[in-house]
Amino acid sequence: MSEAKANVPVLRLENITMQFGGVVAINNLSLEVNQGEIVALIGPNGAGKTTAFNCVTGVYEPTNGIVEFHGKPIVVNHPQGKMIKQYGGINGDLYKDRKPVVHTPDRITHMGIARTFQNIRLFKSQTAFENVLIGTHLRRTSNFLTATLRLNMKEEKAMREKAMNLLEIVGLADVANELATSLPYGKQRRLEIARALATDPTLLLLDEPAAGMNPQETDELGEFIVDIKNKFNLTVFMIEHHMNLVMDISDRIYVLDFGKQIAEGTPEEIQKNPVVIAAYLGVDEE
Amino acid sequence: MKKGNKRLIISLVIVALLYAGGCLIEQTAGTKSMVVTVLQKGAVYALIAVSMNLLNGFTGLFSLGQAGFMLVGAYSYAILTIPMAKRAAVYQYYNGGWVQFTVGFLPALLVAGVIAALFAALIGMPVLRLKGDYLAIATLGFAEIIRAIVQWDTIGPLTNGSNLLKTYPTLKNIMPGNTVLFTFIVVGVCIGLILLLINSTYGRAFKAIRDDEVAAEAMGINLFHHKQMAFVISSFFAGIGGALLAMYQGSLQANSFKSSMTYEILLIVVIGGMGSVSGSILASFLFIACSEWWLRFLDAETVLGNFKVPLLAPGFRMVVFSVVIMVVVLFFRKGIMGDRELWELGSRRAAKGGRK
Amino acid sequence: MFDTLLPYLLAGISVGGQYALIAVGYTLVYGILRLINFAHGDIFTAAGFFMVYLVASVPLPLAIPLVIILTVVLGFAVERVAYKPLRSSPRMSIMISAIGVSYLLQNLMWYITGGLAKQYPVLPGLSQTIQIGSATTKLVTIVTPVLTIALVVALVMLINHTKIGMAMRAVSVDFETSQLMGIKINNVISVTFIIGSAMAAIGSLLYFTNYTAVTPTVGAMPGLKAFVAAVFGGIGSIPGAMIGALIIGICENLIKAAGWTAFSDAFTFALLIVVLLFRPTGLFGEKTTDKV
Repeated sequence: MSEAKANVPVLRLENITMQFGGVVAINNLSLEVNQGEIVALIGPNGAGKTTAFNCVTGVYEPTNGIVEFHGKPIVVNHPQGKMIKQYGGINGDLYKDRKPVVHTPDRITHMGIARTFQNIRLFKSQTAFENVLIGTHLRRTSNFLTATLRLNMKEEKAMREKAMNLLEIVGLADVANELATSLPYGKQRRLEIARALATDPTLLLLDEPAAGMNPQETDELGEFIVDIKNKFNLTVFMIEHHMNLVMDISDRIYVLDFGKQIAEGTPEEIQKNPVVIAAYLGVDEE
Repeated sequence: MKKGNKRLIISLVIVALLYAGGCLIEQTAGTKSMVVTVLQKGAVYALIAVSMNLLNGFTGLFSLGQAGFMLVGAYSYAILTIPMAKRAAVYQYYNGGWVQFTVGFLPALLVAGVIAALFAALIGMPVLRLKGDYLAIATLGFAEIIRAIVQWDTIGPLTNGSNLLKTYPTLKNIMPGNTVLFTFIVVGVCIGLILLLINSTYGRAFKAIRDDEVAAEAMGINLFHHKQMAFVISSFFAGIGGALLAMYQGSLQANSFKSSMTYEILLIVVIGGMGSVSGSILASFLFIACSEWWLRFLDAETVLGNFKVPLLAPGFRMVVFSVVIMVVVLFFRKGIMGDRELWELGSRRAAKGGRK
Repeated sequence: MFDTLLPYLLAGISVGGQYALIAVGYTLVYGILRLINFAHGDIFTAAGFFMVYLVASVPLPLAIPLVIILTVVLGFAVERVAYKPLRSSPRMSIMISAIGVSYLLQNLMWYITGGLAKQYPVLPGLSQTIQIGSATTKLVTIVTPVLTIALVVALVMLINHTKIGMAMRAVSVDFETSQLMGIKINNVISVTFIIGSAMAAIGSLLYFTNYTAVTPTVGAMPGLKAFVAAVFGGIGSIPGAMIGALIIGICENLIKAAGWTAFSDAFTFALLIVVLLFRPTGLFGEKTTDKV
């Protein structure tokens, strides 16, 4: 557990609703992730956790609500067109005077939010090293001409050093030149995190980082997350099903069920919360 | 790093030897010989195939517009370089045409690429937002539109409508006796630039997009921007390739740049290996050697003694050829090189990229 | 005004109907395999050549069913040889295989015919001239839309009300799940190709009554246009393909009427690009979203 500087929100979701056709996947979700915290988003399968991530990272455009990053609105939307009639969420006209703000996922990453994926998405024809190296591309100062003519040698060298350095930090230096997809599962997860770190994020979104890991690997992962959080001065927001991991490292937890937030609090509070136990822990054997 | 330098030197020496060899062959066999034809056309196709591979093999964009951009390049080159004295004769149906100046062949070659790239930039804006196979059809469609526009009578004074463009500087009269060397140098420089691009940080971004668009975007790579870049650069070199093809052919007609030309180039890329520059080069020479030379006998009706060899007749060459291609497509899907390069063969794939 | 446009309109409806018959093959195959069957236009051409060669040796009433059968066999064989082995490989490989087949068929037809255009036989009845209003046209102009609509209705019935139709719908929604449900995927795909080829064969009978020269590449353009029609109508939707094809046929001929003949082909593709940009799923297509 780490000492969070309270009340300095890095990420703030305000009344986020995501509706696909008639299905309201997330309903009026508001949450905050403060500087230096590790915050977990938990909930049964299909509760809308990954959808929430996708709303933050620009993969989806939420139907309604605001996402703020370091106090700056990065997503603003309200029901438009056909959605005005169909809208099934709450607070539908709260933001109707705000100008919608949309960013593509690459812009969001530029701003400093990096993510990993639930079903690992590494660049399969590339080595581990190249995977991380690609993550450094967005901070380039070269253009395609200077890069082609090799006028960016200094930067290229810096990129390579940074990538190798990250691989060392995550403990994958020895497999730097192996094909990413030939690595064992746990290492692929770490590689994905290294690749995300290469984009110089201030906020790291981890989508089920421990999925498919055994208890020992999960414990190691927990330490690893805390470790890199401190080393890179990060804020971490993660989705996770392994309760041990969540309870071990999270500062705060949000619980989502059927698209709605049903609880929020410290691990101790969540563990005792009867609503959570009924909706989630009681049902799930975790 | 030292090892890399050594490899580079060896590669350069081999390339130099190949150039000298090509030059020597032309000196001994004469410009009109079949070998020289293969070397010229093979080199031109190599450039075009590599440019297509940049898009289809390295960036994962299934584009079928190559013939259209070659056409733009070829026409730009020809229109700019026809000597003033001969314009009246070439544009006889259009009062000598609109263009009343002539540019040297080297600047014209560059301009050919630039104009093709401009077309690509315009076309790319709408079509690159399309996914996979829709992109294929849309680019194919654009190539057809370009071909229709070039033959349009109203702009005949520019393009000579559906009539031949000719008397522009060709390989034979630019460097008589050294046509192979000239082609090799132009093609070599272009492919060299493409290789440098592919191995730069932008090339890595292209490959990332090919491997996984969603992940690439999450890594901060602007998909549209990079796709557009690959598309424009590929078309730039396709334009230069088209201009070289015009120089090789000696005369030019829009009707020869049909979609079947794009298919041919795509099949060369597949035979060579998607994502392998050296594969595309090898496959181009192989393809041209087979179609222009080695398999020619299949087209000739042959009588051995009293026995007339069955099947041999005009067109049989192309049938055999397409069967071979189908065999490659079905059973040797990786092509000659897969996604590796000739110069990587000795070392393990592992030797790539790492510094330590 | 109307009198001058009428012949073009009639020609448009007629050629549109013929495109529609080809488009059905594209839309069915794409619906199930997500494959642009680049060889479909060449199968259509092959149907034309079958007729040319058959008529030389067998009487016409026998030749017509034989053409359909041979075309179906060809379509079936192409699927088995060139697409089936690639079932589990990336879509790009299958598409390349389709382009390879197209290349092979064109070269093969060139070899057999010696590259010369062949004259399509006159089909009595279809070629008969008739008078509609102020326009003189061939009977095929009337037969085409009627026959097309009849075939499309029959096909829609087949898909909506028979077991094999249900299997086709299932496979087009989810390939793997339907396999798990015991649907014999390969049979369904074969049926798809058989239907598509049969339609193309019927289309060729009508098409070549108007454009009587058969060359090895004659099918490439109508093939592409039919594909555009399929996209326009919303790929996977058979009535959509028909309506798309009719619209394209009519527009194309109206453009010719306006004196822009050079652009009639270009128009089709311009239309395609506009449709893809503003309504990527076509007129009747369903929306799909990618999952991350």
